[in-house]
Amino acid sequence: MLRNHKKESLVALLLISPFLAIYGLIFVYPTIDMFFLSFQKAPLIGDGKWIGIDNYTRLERDRRFDTAMWNTAYFVALSVVPGTLIALFISIGVYRLSGRIQSLVLALFFLPYILPVSVVYRIWDWTLNFQFGIGMYLFDWLAMDRIPIFKVTGWFMPAVAFVTIWWTAGFSILLFLAGLRAIPAEIYEASALDNSSRWQTFRRITWPLLWPVTALVLTIQLILQLKIFDQVYLFSVGGRPNDNLVMVYYIFQRAFVNNDGGRAAAIAVVLFIIVVVVSVLNFQLLKFAERK
Amino acid sequence: MYFFNAQKVNLIAGAITILTVLIAIIWAFPIYWGIVSSLKPEDEVVRPYIELWPDTLTFQHYWFALTETQIGRWYWNSIVTSLGVTVLTVATSMFAGYAISQLNFPFRRALYWLILASFMVPTQVLIINHFVLVADMGLINTWAGIILPQLISPVVIIVYKQFFDQVPKDFREAAVMDNASELRILFKVYIPMNWGVTTALSIVTFIWAWNSFLWPFLAVTKTEMMTITVGITQVNDAFGVYYARQLSAAVLAGFPVALAYLLFQRRVTEAITLSAGIKG
Repeated sequence: MLRNHKKESLVALLLISPFLAIYGLIFVYPTIDMFFLSFQKAPLIGDGKWIGIDNYTRLERDRRFDTAMWNTAYFVALSVVPGTLIALFISIGVYRLSGRIQSLVLALFFLPYILPVSVVYRIWDWTLNFQFGIGMYLFDWLAMDRIPIFKVTGWFMPAVAFVTIWWTAGFSILLFLAGLRAIPAEIYEASALDNSSRWQTFRRITWPLLWPVTALVLTIQLILQLKIFDQVYLFSVGGRPNDNLVMVYYIFQRAFVNNDGGRAAAIAVVLFIIVVVVSVLNFQLLKFAERK
Repeated sequence: MYFFNAQKVNLIAGAITILTVLIAIIWAFPIYWGIVSSLKPEDEVVRPYIELWPDTLTFQHYWFALTETQIGRWYWNSIVTSLGVTVLTVATSMFAGYAISQLNFPFRRALYWLILASFMVPTQVLIINHFVLVADMGLINTWAGIILPQLISPVVIIVYKQFFDQVPKDFREAAVMDNASELRILFKVYIPMNWGVTTALSIVTFIWAWNSFLWPFLAVTKTEMMTITVGITQVNDAFGVYYARQLSAAVLAGFPVALAYLLFQRRVTEAITLSAGIKG
């Protein structure tokens, strides 16, 4: 019997070893390495000099760091709650449809999510092109002056948030649909017997029963958008990257453009801590919501 | 009165249905517009009104992209690296998921919690150290270098664990009685019983790998080693300021994943819902 246990552990070790090797190499080791690097004055590649917490104290007077922090927060505010609400209302619309029409409509909403970010960038760069983009007809129609959206600082973040919502809503819609399908039909029938209006039904039944899914979608969106980089980087090309910095973009800039590995690592540690703290808080909140 | 009310309700319901369909069409319209623009001659593309179908249908931009740029090479890089990520991720996760679900070994729970905790760590913050690591290994500008840091996928392990947990214990006991080895049980019982989830996870992992941008963008400096998502945005002189050309390259880059989704719609949506439904 004892031998069997030993054998089982051995087999288990064999089965998990490829995973453990990969995990240690590209996850545990780089994470520790990041913390070490953040206390050094070091180029991206090459030896560094230990300088204590200098890289962190310098962030206090770093204007670009401020921009990156604020822009990230601004982007989160512009994308997370609006994106979730839009997805919620779309999913309710889709839920009411049936059969083939439902799958077709769902596919139309979901298709953007499946596309690579560079394709999304090309599509919207074209649609909102200053000279030839069809999105500009909207400005003409409203009798406004056309705006080179991605070149003007005030328009940049809202526009990128808009594109991001368009790109990722399909995912949230999918989760909401799963949530809606889990609500028993009898509850709606009972509410119909009570002659409740649509709005009452939504407020008393759909919204509270859907709340766990809503919380999940908000969580996923929040953590996702804190880490935004791709869209901001792509749309900034030829524009004003320094005004549009977000956290990951600044890490990239410090490390790969300024060749300053130490300071880049310090910014990475700050973002790391923010994301972990937010995740833990979210996790507790979700557990709390479930218990209720 | 009752009749009138019912009619009114039907009218509102009809209006909401039409509205939903209308919004869906508008939602997807930019994609259609990108495709149809790529099929127009360059002078027709810049006409100042919306023409839903080209006057002169042309594939010249696709021909240009396929013959005059390195897009074929980028396609190949994307296919190889995405397949590599998919096979390695699914295989290692399958094994680890089986061990955590079915076997008793020391630190099993600790390992499980470690995997759950790693959900929180954003891989984007690791780009610096991934780059240093991959450069030290001499893997910059190689397929292996593109693949390696993309292999962190705790979701896949958790999904496997959940599915293996649901396999009735009788199957395992019967196999153990027959003196079947653990590997045999995994390959002859657990994996065949979960082909559906394996297919779904593979398709979605492939799509994720194909779509990834940040790491392949950093790991490659030579144009001939770029993946297609990086190549079509980074090599601007390959396309110039020809909108239709750029769009045709984008259509080519998005085509495989869009096709994979349309062919395997149910599998894709299933896997994506599963990957989000994780609770600790």
